[in-house]
Amino acid sequence: MATVGLAPTPPSGSAIARPPRERTGSWPVIDRIAYGLCWAVGIGLCLIALAIVLFMFVKGIAYLRPSLLLESPAPSAIQSESGGFFDPIVGSLIVAAIGIAIAAPVGIALATWLSEYRRPTWLARTVESAIEMIAGVPSVVLAIFGLLIFSQRFLGFLSETDAGGAVSGKSFFAAGAVMSLLALPLVVGATREGLEQLSGRMREASYALGRTRSTTARRVLLPAIRPDIATGIALGMGRIIGDTAIITIVLGLTLTNEGVGRTPLISTLRGSGSTLTSYIYNNSPAGEGSAPQKAYAAAFVLLLIVLALNGLVTWLTGRGGQSEGGMLSRAFRLIPYMPDPSR
Amino acid sequence: MDRHPLTPEPPRGRKRRWATARTDQRVELTLGALAVAALVLIGAMLVTVLIKAWPSFSHNGLSWFGPGGDIETQFRAMAQNKALPGHSILYFRAWPLIWATVLTTGSAVLIALLVSTLAAIFLTEFAPMRVRQVLDPVIRLLAGVPSVIYGLIGILVIAPYLDDHLIGTARRESVSYVVQLNGADVMTASLVLTVMILPIMVAITAGALASVPASWREGSLALGANRWRTIWRVSLRTARPAIVAATVLATARALGEAVMLAMLGGGRSFAPNLLDGLTALFEPVRPLAAAIFQNSEGLTIAPLGHTVYAIGAVLLVSAAMLSLAGWAAKQQFNRYGLRG
Amino acid sequence: MDPLMPPPVRRIAVDRDPYIAPPRATGNGNSAPAAAVTTRLLAPRPVAANVRERMRIESVWLAYGDNWVVRDVSLPVRQGEVLSMIGASGSGKTTLLRSLNRLTEITAGAARSGQITLDGQDIHELEVNDLRRRVTMVFQQPNPFPMSIFDNVAYALSERPGRGGRRRRRSPQIERAVTEALHRAGLYDEVAGDLERSALRLSGGQQQRLCIARALAAEPEVLLLDEPCSALDPISTETIENLIVELRESVAIVIVTHNLQQAFRVADHVAFMHLGELVEYGTSGQVFDHPVKERTRAYISGAFG
Repeated sequence: MATVGLAPTPPSGSAIARPPRERTGSWPVIDRIAYGLCWAVGIGLCLIALAIVLFMFVKGIAYLRPSLLLESPAPSAIQSESGGFFDPIVGSLIVAAIGIAIAAPVGIALATWLSEYRRPTWLARTVESAIEMIAGVPSVVLAIFGLLIFSQRFLGFLSETDAGGAVSGKSFFAAGAVMSLLALPLVVGATREGLEQLSGRMREASYALGRTRSTTARRVLLPAIRPDIATGIALGMGRIIGDTAIITIVLGLTLTNEGVGRTPLISTLRGSGSTLTSYIYNNSPAGEGSAPQKAYAAAFVLLLIVLALNGLVTWLTGRGGQSEGGMLSRAFRLIPYMPDPSR
Repeated sequence: MDRHPLTPEPPRGRKRRWATARTDQRVELTLGALAVAALVLIGAMLVTVLIKAWPSFSHNGLSWFGPGGDIETQFRAMAQNKALPGHSILYFRAWPLIWATVLTTGSAVLIALLVSTLAAIFLTEFAPMRVRQVLDPVIRLLAGVPSVIYGLIGILVIAPYLDDHLIGTARRESVSYVVQLNGADVMTASLVLTVMILPIMVAITAGALASVPASWREGSLALGANRWRTIWRVSLRTARPAIVAATVLATARALGEAVMLAMLGGGRSFAPNLLDGLTALFEPVRPLAAAIFQNSEGLTIAPLGHTVYAIGAVLLVSAAMLSLAGWAAKQQFNRYGLRG
Repeated sequence: MDPLMPPPVRRIAVDRDPYIAPPRATGNGNSAPAAAVTTRLLAPRPVAANVRERMRIESVWLAYGDNWVVRDVSLPVRQGEVLSMIGASGSGKTTLLRSLNRLTEITAGAARSGQITLDGQDIHELEVNDLRRRVTMVFQQPNPFPMSIFDNVAYALSERPGRGGRRRRRSPQIERAVTEALHRAGLYDEVAGDLERSALRLSGGQQQRLCIARALAAEPEVLLLDEPCSALDPISTETIENLIVELRESVAIVIVTHNLQQAFRVADHVAFMHLGELVEYGTSGQVFDHPVKERTRAYISGAFG
């Protein structure tokens, strides 16, 4: 009972009890097994994940030399003479640039149309389904389709034309164009999410001032969701840079980036070459493969690029206010909206 | 509509800074046209692939999907334009490819589903804070690692290990009359495929588990359910739509994986014979996408091209059906209010 | 009034010892002839027949981190009566309520001292999930699970989780228990038509009664209610309050409420807490009509809170 008249003093020392850790000893057996399994799987996943990352880093640092980044690959069976992978790096960047250059404006425009205009509705829904479908199509199928298109005669100016009139259809232009299909769903998804997160009040305010939808979109909405758009672009770039199938099929694989014709920039784009991914493939035992060390080094560089893009996405989502966990999934619009916990 | 005299008139000419209703209409039309163009392009892709694929299907009929002979021989015959005795030049039996796809994709998705659910539960409920902080970026990184890197690790590390340690001479000899065994086989391919699709599934599932409203978890605990029961009966149930979506995504990725499976599946298109027992694990496979990848050189040769496009058509239709399945599952979950 | 004059300062006398009214055998506290603070519009309710002590709170201190939220509180919890804890925000009443079923342990950094017993056993020696089945809780915001009505009520019951699906076979015992719980919660007539409906489609008042049914399904010994009607309209509130009075015979009820009028209507015993300390405890007649402590009088007449 309380002491009379004085302010009660808080207990201290051994009188205080902290909440005990959850003891699973009293749980039914099935629950205990499940608990143990979760821990086992969790620790296992940790180990595998760290093992993969550490392995790539160790091998990469072991084999990567600055000269590799600057030399072009040369045909030679001897490791020390086969050069570096400067051309593949440039190739990766070119393909990513072309892919994004096409996917970004088209994706933003489509997303804006889907979000702000949406008429007729059946068309909007069909376009949505089509984009979702593209996201699920294997890149090999996109590749063979792209090859088909670009080997048509009327597109011969985009790639090399044989003496016999056959269009090869394989060039940076072609590869970049097909890659844009890879990045498109990601850009559209991210932009749409961004637009949908915007408060309706922003739109109301703009319309109330007599501005049209296009002006509102152009001057108010899209600038407001710049981080989301950037996230979509970064995700798209990540997907483009990581793809090998399209490169192997649509970019005629030559060791160095060989141009076609005389015009300085266009010739490279019309020509064929390689990217980091095809370089890794070729140098592994699956390809011509006598240079696993070069493959490791190139893989390390590729990993660093992916890390950098990931870091960019994290930084952007930090500023943009979208939750990261939902970003990947929402980009494919398959997750239904979760119930609001603050209801 | 009359304008208030004090509101500025939209400037004409080059100085125009905002649009009138008429420009808005034009913008809408342009954007709509763009949407239609995109749709047409995508539709054209579907149609062209199907048209190019049709000869192969029409010549083989439904037995296109069945077994009957060695795939490599069939491809070679088409490439050299010499029909196999007794068959047309378009003769093709895709069963080994289909079986390979079913085995690799099926096993990878099933294992990944189980593992990712448990791992996601571990990450959100049981893992200490610091472990979570380290693992989150690592998993996101792994989700973005290109498949060729997984293939590289597989072919340089895992396959030789398997070759040296797990495949004994006896095993090799037991099937040597049919196929050569090396480390690249269905087991390696499935394992690496599982590891490849795990990160995205874990990320999505963990995200969904973390957004289960605290009131439900508290309510469950207050009724006397222990933590595991709460997770199993409330959190997982709430996260079911996310898990289904993650599975659909992962299956799509696994189906479309060509490069890594080409590197790790082994040198030929073989249908592992389950009657071989455990040896079947070590037999080489070449799933559908990998087959397209390996035969992309010969696309200009007519019969080969038709066959490859036919394989592509099968993949396209599977992707479309997966999308549909995901959509249908989403409708199902709306019933119990698992939506906004 | 001169606008420049400062408003009158109110001083509330501080008196540290809680006043615990001596137990009376029968009747309410209307016997004292002193002037009543409140006038009752409703006739006082008869006390339940058998009143037995279920839980005892003894010298309990509760803290979050370094902050002692509940200071040296001692109270009995009896079956057959409704104990209402009233007080302003931050008085520690919700924390005290949550400590009764050890829900405070979920928060890291919670510390406690003192003893709480259930039927004579220290609750910290009982298995926690067992305890929570005997002492269940209904929260402020209705929180039905995203399952059917039946599955919600049967949640605490079935040992094996049921398969999701429309019609599945259930054991007759579970069906009986669910129907009975729904009857006790006064919800059965309204939902009997389709028990497979999603619980989230019910109205707010129905959801809260569903939560009460869910809490009653496992036949608990003590039912804790944390401001159960604060999110509901007056009609639902009235339904639930009548429910509470009906239930007190079979279950010991502790209700925390912000709403003095509700405590007025529902409670048999009232504990007034302020800033973590128990200021006054007595029958509702004593506390509302003739509060002993100055602070209680101030709170009840609306001087603060």
